[in-house]
Amino acid sequence: MVEFDLAVVGAGPAGLSAAVTAAEHGLRVALVDAGTQPGGQFWRHPDEQHPRPDEGRGQHLWSRFTDLRARLHGLESAAATTGRIELVSGHQVWFVEPAGEGFALHLTAVHGETRLPRVRAAALVLCPGGYDRQLPVPGWELPGVMAAGGVQALLKAHRSVAGRRAVVAGTGPFLLPVATGLAEAGAEVVAICEAGSLSGWARRPIDAAAVPSKALEAVEYAALLAKHRIPYRMRTVVTAIHGETEVGAVSVGRLDRSGRLRTDVSLPDLDVDLVAFGWGFTPSLELITAVGASTRVDVDESLVANVDDWQRTDVPGAYVAGEATGVGGALLAIAEGELAALAASRDAGRPVSEASVRRLQRQIARGRRFAAAMHRAHPVPAGWQDWLRQDTTVCRCEETTLGEICDARRELGATDARTVKLLARPGMGWCQGRVCGFAAAKLAKPVGEALTTSDLAPLAKRTFAAPVSLETLATAPTESDGAT
Amino acid sequence: MPGTHPDVVVIGAGALGAATAWFATRAGLTVEVVERGSIVSGTTSACEGNLLVSDKEAGPELDLALLSHQLWRGELGEFGGLWEFEEKGGLVVAATAGGMAGLTELTERQRAAGIDVREVAADEIHDFEPHLTPDLAGAAFYPQDCQVQPMLMAAHLLRLARELGARVRTGTTVTGFLRDGDRVTGVRTDRGDIAAGHVVNAAGTWAGELAALAGVEVPVLPRRGFILVTEPLPPTVFHKVYAGEYVASTQSSDEGLQTSTVIEGTRAGTVLIGSSRERVGFDRTVSLPALREIAGKALALYPGLAPVALMRTYLGFRPYCPDHLPVIGTDPRAPGLAHVAGHEGAGIGLSVGSAKLLVEAMTGATPTIDITPFRPERFSLQEVS
Repeated sequence: MVEFDLAVVGAGPAGLSAAVTAAEHGLRVALVDAGTQPGGQFWRHPDEQHPRPDEGRGQHLWSRFTDLRARLHGLESAAATTGRIELVSGHQVWFVEPAGEGFALHLTAVHGETRLPRVRAAALVLCPGGYDRQLPVPGWELPGVMAAGGVQALLKAHRSVAGRRAVVAGTGPFLLPVATGLAEAGAEVVAICEAGSLSGWARRPIDAAAVPSKALEAVEYAALLAKHRIPYRMRTVVTAIHGETEVGAVSVGRLDRSGRLRTDVSLPDLDVDLVAFGWGFTPSLELITAVGASTRVDVDESLVANVDDWQRTDVPGAYVAGEATGVGGALLAIAEGELAALAASRDAGRPVSEASVRRLQRQIARGRRFAAAMHRAHPVPAGWQDWLRQDTTVCRCEETTLGEICDARRELGATDARTVKLLARPGMGWCQGRVCGFAAAKLAKPVGEALTTSDLAPLAKRTFAAPVSLETLATAPTESDGAT
Repeated sequence: MPGTHPDVVVIGAGALGAATAWFATRAGLTVEVVERGSIVSGTTSACEGNLLVSDKEAGPELDLALLSHQLWRGELGEFGGLWEFEEKGGLVVAATAGGMAGLTELTERQRAAGIDVREVAADEIHDFEPHLTPDLAGAAFYPQDCQVQPMLMAAHLLRLARELGARVRTGTTVTGFLRDGDRVTGVRTDRGDIAAGHVVNAAGTWAGELAALAGVEVPVLPRRGFILVTEPLPPTVFHKVYAGEYVASTQSSDEGLQTSTVIEGTRAGTVLIGSSRERVGFDRTVSLPALREIAGKALALYPGLAPVALMRTYLGFRPYCPDHLPVIGTDPRAPGLAHVAGHEGAGIGLSVGSAKLLVEAMTGATPTIDITPFRPERFSLQEVS
């Protein structure tokens, strides 16, 4: 049994920053990560076992990563008395159990491990990150349709290009690195279809200017789009995907100012073999709800953790940093991770720099304003249901169609997302609603009604934060067994 | 809600409320169902949908189960497809010779009471369930054991009742009762009063609290249970399979954690693995020791399930009464009020028989079977005569 002052879950920008900062303040830290090497989705990179000089190619804030990584490796071999990090890679947390005043994290075993790993810590910083939000569209179950983040993960980790002719569609600034990454890797990107009009940015110049590095990024992307002749089409959406056994073409449509599909504009189909979709991000809330922390709905209608201005949740000893407090990008996540670590260190009785705390709090406030402006400029368009058909699959795991969801509401009297799920099964399958949850929750309500915590929270609660086998569960040690 | 004056207000839109709404509308009554949450949002959405005769001994609950079985196959038979009704049969297995001796004694009593049950020798078990462990002493097969998808069942019964004129109001909380002396003449809700000839308490695990609002004691208490749900699998478990100790545990009144194995496949391909029983009030904390014990016992029966992934769990609160019998009938302590609740883990299967008996009692029809063992006032020290 291992005892730690702090367990950090997730080794992306927020978690790495939290773990390193906490250990540098003298805490004994366990850094638990599903990946085989630190970096998370944002800094996913080729296998470090086979070092290559260009490992940072296509990355952003890469020097922040290499700095954190160097400090992490130093802290892995530091003396326990002065603060140390134990990196627990390749393990997912599948259950959190209360352990005295602290927490016990139950981890999935990796091949060859006979004892199930468990990490006990007095406090937790949860940095689970998020994944691409998806919306259903006719044909999206065809091979060749991918999440934008999945396309990028293949590029970053394996330098592998998921298709030869691609359309990158959805909304938000994340479409840009995916499109330019594909083009740099040799794919032809026939268009970026951005549903937003971006006029929102101009209306809130102060918010957009709050984070100067973002303006710089925009200039870099503009140059790359020009270099690769990638058309950036605003108020444009993919309305259907065609193909017999795989993607062959997509239909596109134009939105009006209110985000509804224009019927007076007809655009030609695009021949593609890859569609990369991203409609913003969905934070992973499993561990936040598992520890009993309260949640709220953010500007982008994502369920996120409630934190105070020290990244504390309302559960003593549980802190959250990064996308799970509100999607806002890597810079914000790094700052939040650092602040969460300072808060945890201070709460554990360690001295921390008040000036650092205030600097981080200001930086986070700026980052939040920027994120809110970004979300307002890139909303899910009001008309996203306009191009669905009754036979469009909404839940790909359970093959639930829009028509079946409508029947659950109209015929059977389901009045909320949970009841629709119980009666028509969207979100009941393999991914447990991680992909279709947002869309299914929207479809369970009258068109145009905003989602509330009571819509999203029941769907985000998952007993098992990761799938676990019957054998693992049957042999799991639990806190009720006493000391082992 | 001005202007509505139904014959019956049913409180609760779970399995019992839905079945009551259906039988009452079929009997020609006007019905309004009020539900504080959404339809099928309570225990109905956290259970397996068992219609078992195999776990019953001769007595009033078995009579109710046999009546319900008749209704599921008869009057409601035409709708079976809507709620995935399946007469798959139950297989009760015994691990030891001693356990098999006990099971044989039970089956003899059950056969005498009218249950169709066949003994299965150890070497025949494989023909029923090829993936069961070979280390079993024997089994008993109950062809009458059935399964429904409980949420679809309740939702469709409510829909059928609505098609006959019933109204269903969700998001409506009963805050009190309209009274005329002792008599209950309707309900007060957070959305207005509803006057009615009869008020039916079908509030499931919360029926005791609701009865208290009317000033009568109906001791319905929560008994927490978990069910594990696997990833979808090719057909693996063909019947309701459970361990012989299950019957004992349903009748037990122990406080602590008890688990006994019940395993079945569903139409969706998932395998449901139960069961646990704990008296912990309405505590919704997920208990790893309970989940672990359920998993361990399931693997003892189906070792091949070891690598199968679990996707989720159900957590529900069975409504139980101290004598393990449900409460069904009109309440002489508060005329106008009736109850149909407290079926513990058998409410889905027994819902239709219970609702039919209750509607007979409310309309003065001759009861199909004796309803007095279920009378709501039986827990009072001095029963009202």
